[in-house]
Amino acid sequence: MVKYKVVHYLNQFFGQIGGEEKADIPPLIKEGAIGPGKALQQALGEEGEIVATVICGDGYFADNIDVAAEKVVELISPYKPDVFVAGPAFNAGRYGIACGASCSAVRERLGIPVITAMYEENPGLDLYRKRVYIIPTGDSARYMKEAIPKMAGFVRKLGLGQEIGTPQEEGYFPQGIRVNLFVDRTAAERAVDMLLAKLKGEPFQTEYPMPAFELIPPSPPIEDLRSATIALVTSGGIVPLGNPDRIEAASASKFAEYNIAEVNDLTSDAYETAHGGYDPTYANEDADRVLPVDAMRTLEKEGIIGKLHDFYYVTVGNATSVASCERFGKEIAKKLKAAGVNGVILTST
Amino acid sequence: MRLELGIIKIEDVQFGDETIIGDGTLYVNKKELINLALQDDRLAEADVELARPGEEVRIIPVKDVIEPRVKVSGPGELFPGIIGKMGTVGAGRTNVLRGATLVTVGRIVGFQEGLIDMSGPGAQYSPFSQTNNVALILRPINGLAPHAHEEAVRLAGLRAAVYLGKAGKDVAPDEVEVYELRSVTDASLPKIAYVHPLLSQGLLHDTYLYGVDAKKILPTLIHPNEVMDGAIVSGNCVSACDKHTTFHHMNNAVIKELYRRHGKDLNFIGVIVTNLNVSLADKERSSDYASKLAKLIGADGVVVTNEGFGNPDTDLMMLCKKMEDYGIKTVLITDEFAGRDGASQSLADVVPEADAVVSVGNANEVITLPPMKHIIGDLKPAEVIAGGFDGCLGADGSVKIEIQSIVGSTCQLGFGKLTAQGR
Repeated sequence: MVKYKVVHYLNQFFGQIGGEEKADIPPLIKEGAIGPGKALQQALGEEGEIVATVICGDGYFADNIDVAAEKVVELISPYKPDVFVAGPAFNAGRYGIACGASCSAVRERLGIPVITAMYEENPGLDLYRKRVYIIPTGDSARYMKEAIPKMAGFVRKLGLGQEIGTPQEEGYFPQGIRVNLFVDRTAAERAVDMLLAKLKGEPFQTEYPMPAFELIPPSPPIEDLRSATIALVTSGGIVPLGNPDRIEAASASKFAEYNIAEVNDLTSDAYETAHGGYDPTYANEDADRVLPVDAMRTLEKEGIIGKLHDFYYVTVGNATSVASCERFGKEIAKKLKAAGVNGVILTST
Repeated sequence: MRLELGIIKIEDVQFGDETIIGDGTLYVNKKELINLALQDDRLAEADVELARPGEEVRIIPVKDVIEPRVKVSGPGELFPGIIGKMGTVGAGRTNVLRGATLVTVGRIVGFQEGLIDMSGPGAQYSPFSQTNNVALILRPINGLAPHAHEEAVRLAGLRAAVYLGKAGKDVAPDEVEVYELRSVTDASLPKIAYVHPLLSQGLLHDTYLYGVDAKKILPTLIHPNEVMDGAIVSGNCVSACDKHTTFHHMNNAVIKELYRRHGKDLNFIGVIVTNLNVSLADKERSSDYASKLAKLIGADGVVVTNEGFGNPDTDLMMLCKKMEDYGIKTVLITDEFAGRDGASQSLADVVPEADAVVSVGNANEVITLPPMKHIIGDLKPAEVIAGGFDGCLGADGSVKIEIQSIVGSTCQLGFGKLTAQGR
């Protein structure tokens, strides 16, 4: 009895359309299992049925990733699959990217579980491993026989709605994401156990291995401050009154840019803080306390700095993830660099 | 120093003509409780509602949670230096209304209060979903500054908890827990200290030790019994998930665990309280001083907890590095802010010495809380409290929110069973 429906993704070669000369075909869909899908179907047995196969040329997909992924979603949705599986792509780079991108789009748009498989050096792995379960395979189609049963086992679990365990238990590439779960013992009990093991020199497993932080080398000092343009950038949430860009009070998803070319002093009738992590009384009374525009204008007047940059950049650094902060930092730095800014004063709270 | 906690099990809470305990039920005289709160003329209005486990009730925004207790014998009064007379607590008999709490409700900062669901999927994240809660809803007079508002609500909550606790003064406890740090003769047992940083960033992120603002302390030694007997009081308006409510301080899970294994697996030699201030000099001074104290008392190992996140990650890492530099083996308890997708780095600062970390979960994880039949307080702030976002409030009263907003969900005092794993 069929308990779940599967749609399979293949490239033009495994989809039996043709070789490199057919690499430019856009996505199309065919009923039932094709090529490696037949072996997969056999491995799934009667519980799972591959109801359709989407096929796309590797070249087309690589040149039109977003459009192609969108088209895949559109083609498969009438089949109402319970699981979407792509590949295996082995070490074929464009195919790996296509498998990852289509899985990612299907997961996001249709909300169904997805899985693909590829070789550890396939560029599709690092691009999509965070969002998609990817199972390791050998580097070429010679390893198809080993890949299919592993994929089938995973598809079956997803199809039956079984819980997926850790990468160590299930064999997929670690996704580098943190997932919450309840365990049997309190954190206090685990901490004391861990400490006693550490003291005895016994093996123990930390629950959060320290990540490697990116070290940012400081820029060389500014040689002549008197001719330098200095910008203000803050994570303290100072925004024009009413927070026009709606920066979140915590877990900010964005930064904003505001023109202060004509501003000499941040007053309470025009500026406030959007930051949710501290008592806003003093920042709202006088936003210069967080973003010192008034002091910078004085330095400008006294000729100590050349000029205060016409724009300032702001976000809220309250429970905002390191990944978001990195992205904001890079984008802001790019804008400042393009505007010829020589130095930046970062203010926090 | 011998502390007896007389545990009176409270299985229900009801309004009554008198505030008394009968057959495991705490009866509350609503009027007296309201009048007590309004003794502070900074508070304009007060109300009391009750919430029991399993009810379709959401309490929001929650400021603090306090366990009602009464000092039966021994020196000092509850919450010394704040509402109690000054005197060293931690000895004698204190009766505990276990299973009951006093919850203060009402907006203060507007951003950093939390919620408690008494049933549904949110209930597994908060210890206060399993207790019988007396919710004290407080509205300040117009124009009251936030810091004065915070203080008024904090004091009203403490007074109310003491008032409720008095009902247990002459009640025979169901059991008596005894805490006494007997000296250990087995020299082979490792000497363990507990390092307890208190959030002290100012601007409504404060904690009080015997009434002293923790910003102003140098790290110091304290007997674990003092912590368990109300010496530390929360004045915090930080994210609900990992602020230590006053309840958490009174029931510190690390202290309890170290006591449980004292003399068997380890020798619990004491508690070092330190602070979590904002300036670099403060962080260096406090971590220098706390690690030096640990060395001075001969600790072989320490458990270090944390409060809050982001900025305090630096204090945690400094403490870890300096302890390890002294040769003191260190385990940290922290929560994670790995983003809603769990894909970001979890901490704002790290050191390689932090090789033994207990995680109490990713506070950014999003959960959908179904509508509740009754709201104690006001649901609207769900969109602005830390962990909420624009549009997180459904028209039907459901809330899609980070677990950051749930009181005690990722408590770094080791209270809960939530963790995060790498996938």
